Amino acid sequence: MSSKLKNTIINTILLYLPLLLLFISVFNEFDFNYLNYKYFSFNFPFILIFYWSLKRIETLGYGYIFIAGMFNDSVLGFPIGISSLTYLIICGFAGYLRNITLRPSLTKDWLYFLFTISVANSINYFLLILFFSIEVNYYEILGNIIFTFLFYYIFASIFDIYRKILLRIKI
Amino acid sequence: MAASRDDFIIAIRSAFIKKGNKQRFSLIGLIFFSIGLLILSKINLPVTNYLKITLNEIVYRSSFIISVPEKKIQDFSNKVIDHYNVYNDYLLVKEKIKTLQSKKYETQFLEEENKRLKKTINEYIYNSEELVAKVLIDKNSPFLKSIIVNKGSKDNVKLGMAVLDGTYLVGKIVEVNYSTSRALLVSDLNSKIPVGIEPGNIQSILSGTGKLNGKIEYIESEIFIGNESIVYTSGSGGLFKPGIPIGIYNKKDTEEETVTFFSKLSQLTFVKLVSFEGSDN
Repeated sequence: MSSKLKNTIINTILLYLPLLLLFISVFNEFDFNYLNYKYFSFNFPFILIFYWSLKRIETLGYGYIFIAGMFNDSVLGFPIGISSLTYLIICGFAGYLRNITLRPSLTKDWLYFLFTISVANSINYFLLILFFSIEVNYYEILGNIIFTFLFYYIFASIFDIYRKILLRIKI
Repeated sequence: MAASRDDFIIAIRSAFIKKGNKQRFSLIGLIFFSIGLLILSKINLPVTNYLKITLNEIVYRSSFIISVPEKKIQDFSNKVIDHYNVYNDYLLVKEKIKTLQSKKYETQFLEEENKRLKKTINEYIYNSEELVAKVLIDKNSPFLKSIIVNKGSKDNVKLGMAVLDGTYLVGKIVEVNYSTSRALLVSDLNSKIPVGIEPGNIQSILSGTGKLNGKIEYIESEIFIGNESIVYTSGSGGLFKPGIPIGIYNKKDTEEETVTFFSKLSQLTFVKLVSFEGSDN
């Protein structure tokens, strides 16, 4: 009985770990900014949302992604709704790729991710500049896109291993 | 051709409109809801403001708790850097103390004389109220440079209050919640502060760059600012009292002109929230 309960707890943690990571990363703004390298920052929630929307959307869920976006706006001081919109656009792009893909390939996903975050960040940028008159440094966004794109490959490889573990224990 | 268009439409419909397995909401519904929220934020309705304040209160406190491990790593990294710089810093501080000691008495005399002269010409004397606040969240996001402090409307924090680190200006309050507030740092791209540059009493605007420094804007091209001039608040607009030091003007060989802030904006732990009121003497 005890080992069964233990297994259930471990399985639940494993199942909801990506969701937990998403909320930790939006609350914590996990991007190593304090290192103060010029233009270095990356958007971990983008990687997480794109990957799990593409491979296993039931792990995150659109509702939670929407709430995570609202929390992110509150932490960053952005107008409420802007990060939710960005995250959901990423989900939409990932969903489209999921529907048209017959043979998944990490490299193709990776390149498509670059396109997706460029579109999502552009929408974010234009909304902030035109709609809310908040000045944002274009080069910072560009740096953020590039580093997020580069880090995707590493994180996607890690998540692939994690997903295989989930499949093995049939969660 | 028609078949590929149909495939595209089916894929789009399936991605955006269809509710997926174990999904409670459709993607398109949530996207429209986000757009609705954005429009409501823009309209600035009192209801949405209350919702925003409640959300901020919850999120700021949660973020403070969740940020503790990262903060520890950050502190450790800063300690290592400080440790390596300690000898050089010691020599620098020793030199500075010598200079400051000689200037201290001179300043005291000037302050008194200044007060007397202000009384003579009937100028405003600024009374200030100050609060000490703890920095809860110091995200230093690449897009917005702001800090969250643990004082809000219940502590009489008001919009526009100056945020000081010691005697140096580091920002101003731009959002007030019940028990927390957000201060926009002087380094943020959206920060514009009327300043006076000494020597020369040059009036200008200090704008943030989104990095660790600021830049002087809206100044006539023929005005010359000497290297290492000090940038103070000018008091124009009546928000801040004149003479709060902000930073030092640097003109490098590369023609790049920047203002280096006196305070280390990435390492703020406690700040003073100050409101100034001018009164006739």
